[in-house]
Amino acid sequence: MTRPIWQCRWAHRLLLLTVVGLSGCGTLGVEPWQREKLADPRMAPESDATDKRVDDHVYFSKEASSGGRGSAGGGCGCN
Amino acid sequence: MQLSHRPSLPDTSTPGPPVPKNTGFTNISAALAVASSALIAAPINAQEAPPSQHQWQFDTALLAYGESGDRVKALEGSIQGVRSDGDDQRLSLMLTFDALTGASATGAVPQRRAQTFTRPSGLGEYTTAAGQTPLDDTFRDTRVQINAGWAAPFGDNSGFEVGAHLSKEYDYLSLGVSGALSHSLDRNNTTLRLGLAGYADSIEPEGQIPLPLAVMPLRSDYPDEEAFIQAFNATRGAAKEHKDTAELQLGITQVINRRTLMLLNYSYAEVSGYQSDPFKLVSRIDAQGRAIAQNYESRPERRRKQALFWQTKMHFGAPVLESAYRFMHDDWGIDSHTLELRLNLMLPSGHTLEPQLRLYHQSAADFYRPYLQQETPTYASADYRLAEMTTYTLGFRYRIPLTGARSASARIAYYVQNPEGPGGPGELAGLNLYPRLEALMLQLGYRF
Repeated sequence: MTRPIWQCRWAHRLLLLTVVGLSGCGTLGVEPWQREKLADPRMAPESDATDKRVDDHVYFSKEASSGGRGSAGGGCGCN
Repeated sequence: MQLSHRPSLPDTSTPGPPVPKNTGFTNISAALAVASSALIAAPINAQEAPPSQHQWQFDTALLAYGESGDRVKALEGSIQGVRSDGDDQRLSLMLTFDALTGASATGAVPQRRAQTFTRPSGLGEYTTAAGQTPLDDTFRDTRVQINAGWAAPFGDNSGFEVGAHLSKEYDYLSLGVSGALSHSLDRNNTTLRLGLAGYADSIEPEGQIPLPLAVMPLRSDYPDEEAFIQAFNATRGAAKEHKDTAELQLGITQVINRRTLMLLNYSYAEVSGYQSDPFKLVSRIDAQGRAIAQNYESRPERRRKQALFWQTKMHFGAPVLESAYRFMHDDWGIDSHTLELRLNLMLPSGHTLEPQLRLYHQSAADFYRPYLQQETPTYASADYRLAEMTTYTLGFRYRIPLTGARSASARIAYYVQNPEGPGGPGELAGLNLYPRLEALMLQLGYRF
């Protein structure tokens, strides 16, 4: 039976954690001149995209889950 | 094309969608401040300098994957070229090639005596020794994948990306298209993203598609080859089957403070069509645990998957910590939790060392059955990938910056799978129905 994700216990916890986490940060965001550390290429969300793509292909073929970071669909006959 | 997104940062060297142009400078002092911050950031960026205008940057990788015992071995090579223009337009092309060989678990239960199975093609047999997990040793394939993507900004703070995907192996073809829109808000501190993707896959195995839960015929049960072929053909359905996937992605990336960045993605995928594995079996056993028949598996033709993905990146100076958590839920009854940690340590030499840890747990699919007894359900699969399972990966990567934007890296990772499930009656009680799987991954990368 399909259960929407917003009815899942874990989704509630994750949302609560996100809200608490964000609210604890006070004012979000920075001014353009405060991006020194954020400009480090290691801070890009998709840094090391090649490594992650290779990993995702392995896990896609060995486990029942896929997606999240990027697309979950398509792929190959390995799963 | 794998879709990914990032917030609007002033500079990155990794491939991805465009950064919307920041036209929000209201005064000269702000512009000077940005310029000065770029100068301050220069030493950090020297390790992975961005490509200059109208230039290609290439990212190559070679992966060797090997499982313990006689299980799967794979070699995968990929090259990705990204052409970035001065006006933030980005063309991405990627070619991947992989070759797989070895044996994969069929799903049939082990026995205290040797077992004989008909090959999936119907041509010939293979035998599994007493006490061993039945493995199909005909697992062999090569695959070519091509991805192309185009991303460009539009308006003041928006961007779009489109992509196409093709993956072809001997008996499988996957075609896909994707598109996404992104929009930045609040001084580029918040980026919203909407993505859509569609895939059309088709499978055409040798020996055609087996009928759901049909009993595998054995040559020894028939007086001659003709009678066996007739019985084998009676278990066959279509020569080719299809599977379609439609996916929606919603994402938000938020700059929290000077050193922290968060990303939250929600994705919904609806998969319809043939989703069984034509090479997998479910054993039917008697009360003593003896296999009396082998059935081809049967999975539902519809699957709806939802995933929440949360990633946080924190900059501590030399170390950068990336933590990610994914919760996936589907209507096959599978819930999974994935936790990933990557700690990137920049050494005084500019080299980076990155320990990586991944923990994963999934619950079993509703129709997962390690074996059948009296019952004949509509759906049944003994594929251990649908069983309750815990896995972990421990890896290390070392990257050496070279001149300009070039760098070389090496990575080693150790992956362990521990499937779980109920025990079996009779002789199955003393046999390992859920063998542990270990794999080693070695990866070399070169960026230029």
